[in-house]
Amino acid sequence: MTLPDDSAVVCSTSTVDQTRLLAGAVAGLVDDGDLLVLVGDLGAGKTAFTQGFAAALGVDAAVTSPTFTLANRYEGRLVVNHLDVYRLSDLAEARDLAIPELLEQGVTLIEWGERILPALPNDRLDVRITFGDGDDDRLIELRSVGDRWCGLLEELRDVLGPWVGPQRVFG
Amino acid sequence: MRDTHTARAEQILGIETSCDETAAAVVESGSVVRSSIVSSQVELHAQYGGVVPEVASRAHLDLIVPVVSAAVAEAGLESADIDAIAATHGPGLVGALLVGVSAAKSLALVWDVPFVAVNHLEAHLYAAFLEEPDLKMPMVVLLVSGGHTILVVMEDHLRYRVLGATLDDAAGEAFDKVARFMGLGYPGGPVIDRLSAEGDPDAIAFPRAMANDGWNFSFSGVKTAVVNHVRKNPDVSTADVAASFQEAVVDVLVDKARRAAREIGAEAICLAGGVAANSRLRSRTAQVCEADGFRAVIPSRAMCTDNAAMVAAVAWYRLQADGPSPLTTGADPSLQLPTI
Repeated sequence: MTLPDDSAVVCSTSTVDQTRLLAGAVAGLVDDGDLLVLVGDLGAGKTAFTQGFAAALGVDAAVTSPTFTLANRYEGRLVVNHLDVYRLSDLAEARDLAIPELLEQGVTLIEWGERILPALPNDRLDVRITFGDGDDDRLIELRSVGDRWCGLLEELRDVLGPWVGPQRVFG
Repeated sequence: MRDTHTARAEQILGIETSCDETAAAVVESGSVVRSSIVSSQVELHAQYGGVVPEVASRAHLDLIVPVVSAAVAEAGLESADIDAIAATHGPGLVGALLVGVSAAKSLALVWDVPFVAVNHLEAHLYAAFLEEPDLKMPMVVLLVSGGHTILVVMEDHLRYRVLGATLDDAAGEAFDKVARFMGLGYPGGPVIDRLSAEGDPDAIAFPRAMANDGWNFSFSGVKTAVVNHVRKNPDVSTADVAASFQEAVVDVLVDKARRAAREIGAEAICLAGGVAANSRLRSRTAQVCEADGFRAVIPSRAMCTDNAAMVAAVAWYRLQADGPSPLTTGADPSLQLPTI
């Protein structure tokens, strides 16, 4: 099944701080129970996205990579669950992370979450980060899946306005 | 409970199952290693390119009884000779930790001896004392592993200050991710260490993030820089990339430890954790200590990587200071280093 293109917003950033700001803008829309799946190669900026996202929700603690710990939890205005399933080899292991229970409290971001999609609910925002031309250029595609996020599309487009489409380069 | 055990627990059985090693050891009086058994799951995990939690927990379950039995037997002891039982209860993978904690608590109950819940990070700090029990403090400890990068000042026994830590990736994690990106296999640390010997550490100027900025670390940027460099230069020498990457990481680690040691007037710089097995980190640490007149405390590789002797060692100090841990103590996957 291909999703209609109008469920996606395509943005671009040219610094890691812009990626953090963009993530912070998305964080302004979320509520308890929301899920974001972060997709992107090594070094694309999935953890940076989470850092900006958590900071916007008032998390003071340093948000570090959860690759070894698998799941970190932060307290801000909402609880932020930060997961990384990079090291999981199959869906059976995703069960160990108790994702449905995590989703009951706070907002959850899952790095490399595309690997365990069948274990995830159908209401989610998929965030795909790809490398652009310059070392720090990134294309960030945010795609709404399910009623919850499709209902937020207009607001999502609004808050992402500054980054939608290719960035203009001023002399 | 036999009170004599708490007062003078001489033979402590330690158990470590926080990540991918199932380990047990018997240590006498906090410093004499009578046995240390480490059953590595590295080969088991290599096929997946990393530690797999479910696999790790199951393997710990299979290995825990034989490994504990071997540690007691190799120490030339019987169960009745064990005065206390310690286990790592965090930080680590929760399923893996539970195997060691449950085993230790069960044995403590059955053998009627104290149980001591040990902090894995604190245990790493005590690895050095197994080989040099009379180390003078204060000491700057660079605790570097797959999950942690922490710059610690050890003021005295059981008294620590954390100067800084990584803001994103741990140093060992950067090694593993770079190795995986370059298709070098798992674990990444030893592979990059070996390959670096054939490469030029000055070939590529990878960034030294936060080198002159406070006590914290950041290794996400150097990882991304490696990815960018290899994407743009697909024919680059892998050995040069490995050596230059390793040099960038070691530079930052050693420079910060050296600066901290100067600033606090430390007696020594000590390495701890799995990344402390890295040849370049070991030789550079020895160099700067020689130049500045600090003692270089560089434990054997077997004591840097996860083992249970360090768990039994710190348990001896903790038991004297705090007494036994309650049997209700559970696993705490996000436990932090206790600081003053």
